[in-house]
Amino acid sequence: MNTSATFGVGTPSESDFRDTRDGDMSDIGLTKGHVTVGSVEIQAAKMTARGVNIFYGDKQAIHDVTVDIGKNQVIAMIGPSGCGKSTFLRSLNRMNDTIDGCKIEGDIRIDGEDLYSPKLDVVELRARVGMVFQKPNPFPKSIYDNVAYGPKIHGLAETRVDLDEMVEKSLRRAGLWDEVKDRLFQAGTGLSGGQQQRLCIARAIAVSPEVILMDEPCSALDPIATARIEELIEELSHNFTIAIVTHNMQQAARVSQRTAYFHLGRLIEVNPTEQVFTNPEHSLTESYITGRFG
Amino acid sequence: MHANDLLLLLLAFAAAAFYVGRGRANHIAKLAGGSRQLHSLPDYHGHYTALCCGLPAVLLLILWIIFSGHVISAMVLDSLPAGQFLGDPGGRELLANKIANIAQGVLPKANQPAILVAAAEELNRLTQISRWSVTALASCVSLVGLIWARSRITPELQSRPRVEASIKYALFFCACVAVFTTFGIIFSVLFESLQFFQSVPVVDFIFGLEWSPQTAIRDDQVGSSGSFGAVPLFVGTLLVSAVAMVVAVPIGLMSAIFLAEYAHKSVRAYAKPALEVLAGIPTVVYGFFAALTVAPFLRDFGQGYGFSVSSESALAAGLVMGVMIIPFISSLSDDVITAVPQSLRDGSLAMGATHSETVIRVVIPAALPGIVAGIMLAISRAIGETMIVVMASGLAANMTFNPLDSVTTVTVQIVTLLTGDQEFDSPKTLAAFALGLVLFLITLILNIIALKVVKRFREQYE
Repeated sequence: MNTSATFGVGTPSESDFRDTRDGDMSDIGLTKGHVTVGSVEIQAAKMTARGVNIFYGDKQAIHDVTVDIGKNQVIAMIGPSGCGKSTFLRSLNRMNDTIDGCKIEGDIRIDGEDLYSPKLDVVELRARVGMVFQKPNPFPKSIYDNVAYGPKIHGLAETRVDLDEMVEKSLRRAGLWDEVKDRLFQAGTGLSGGQQQRLCIARAIAVSPEVILMDEPCSALDPIATARIEELIEELSHNFTIAIVTHNMQQAARVSQRTAYFHLGRLIEVNPTEQVFTNPEHSLTESYITGRFG
Repeated sequence: MHANDLLLLLLAFAAAAFYVGRGRANHIAKLAGGSRQLHSLPDYHGHYTALCCGLPAVLLLILWIIFSGHVISAMVLDSLPAGQFLGDPGGRELLANKIANIAQGVLPKANQPAILVAAAEELNRLTQISRWSVTALASCVSLVGLIWARSRITPELQSRPRVEASIKYALFFCACVAVFTTFGIIFSVLFESLQFFQSVPVVDFIFGLEWSPQTAIRDDQVGSSGSFGAVPLFVGTLLVSAVAMVVAVPIGLMSAIFLAEYAHKSVRAYAKPALEVLAGIPTVVYGFFAALTVAPFLRDFGQGYGFSVSSESALAAGLVMGVMIIPFISSLSDDVITAVPQSLRDGSLAMGATHSETVIRVVIPAALPGIVAGIMLAISRAIGETMIVVMASGLAANMTFNPLDSVTTVTVQIVTLLTGDQEFDSPKTLAAFALGLVLFLITLILNIIALKVVKRFREQYE
């Protein structure tokens, strides 16, 4: 993950942005006890986050984030590098558990169930909340086995025929079926970057998750492959709840219904995408989307 | 001057040439307006000068070392009257040795024929001349090389690609040394084995079921015709190795998985070196541990349950050998498991796989080639291991698959065949080479099979 922030000419110096806990941030429009502006809560929320703080060791990466993720909607999370949007995304299916020294405070729920309650089975949670990563990471197995992986470990298929159907259905939904149907048993790593990423999406939807988290899924892809993934996100959003982290503001504008702007670990603004890009409420959001920094 | 001294001198010349060349390049750079005007950095010009100075002279020296002895002794022998030779080439060689020994004072001059003493003096004289001439010649060559290279240094001289090319050749040369050594060993073993197979048929050796290598040294000795059936030895080797692998593969692999995937950093920091200490224990120590601790324990234990366990058993040797090779498997496997990208683990965990499902279905398959390589290395170690087996599993060439019996292995027999005073042309000693050859072929075949297996099941990331 990128950790350094870059800023355009005429913006406050970098140290002002970095000094997140103690410094006076009023000059950049960010106050210490910043309260997120816009429509944080919505009616049909699939997941809810309330007062989330995330720490890596002593360093606090996320400060008091409160936001709802709407059912069968796409929410885009944008912001400069190192603003914590990926960290927050990973906390939504507890992938931060695998990082040493990562500590989470606050309350995150899916359909009212507490994600961090001791009673929650993290394996079951991750079957409900799937994830697609920045770099395509197909397993070094055949295309078929990649998609069949999830159904196998969760015992979703009774017979081989069921499994075949699931694989085909997932690959079709990921828009990859026609390209790979003749070589299902060749290595998934032999596909092109865009195909690999769609394979990873097929793999994620094969277990029928309710939510799909996407961490900059197109950043390693060329524009054509990106366009295909974006189409796919649009289609998937009819059936899945999607949260996508992206550096590409046009992408956020194209695929999402709501947009959350993160800055230095704080959630600055959440609003319908159209409003964020045409009439942002917060001056920082405006600075970012007009390209003053980021 | 002696060859070693001369080599040092030439190296000193080359070192000096480096500074000469670099100085010259710096000077030229200054005249041309800075080192940017040079095609190559001054250091490269220095290296180039050093190479031109040192390389031809050292090659000359090497050629001299290889050929001068032969040439001089041939000259001395040719100067002798024809009657002094025994006629056959071997006699000529003996005579040359004798003269050399006289010349070096190993044989006292007093009681030797005058003609040989004269020849020895001639040999010494020629050797002296040859040494001084090679010293002079090599020094000249290196100086000429130095001057030539120095005169060539201009801003345009492309020293860098030349030095790069010479590095490539140096690396190639080193690779060749390893390959040629291997071939040398193979051929030496092969020729001795062919000699052995002249007295013992190949089929008897490979398929024979009885091993008792005692042969009659004199015609009047009775009853020791010797039988060279190698099957019991290979069965013994396989038995001991199999026991060792049954111990080492699961323990090694699982400890590697624990260290790489589950252990906390601080545990790993101590546990990994501790495991690797096992690899540092001399095999002879493992040997007496096996013979004095494990074997009696197994015997007593077996007796308690009504098994007859031989006091030197394949089981004891195999168990201890297994412990010995655990670090080979665990250390190599740990490295390859750690090298599997975290993104694969994340991908699997994000699908809702548990940690152990991730390890078994994603991490281990991805690391498989490295793991198999580690296991193959361990098998080679097990097959080649001698000391533990000598001490703990005995010398009796029993044809048995029962690990509670005493067995012997190929390596142990090679040791017993070649220790002590031996004739080097009797079938008994030559059998050692034949055993070595077959052992080599077996490990080679195992390696080839392993490579094929790895290729077949390889799940490559990236």
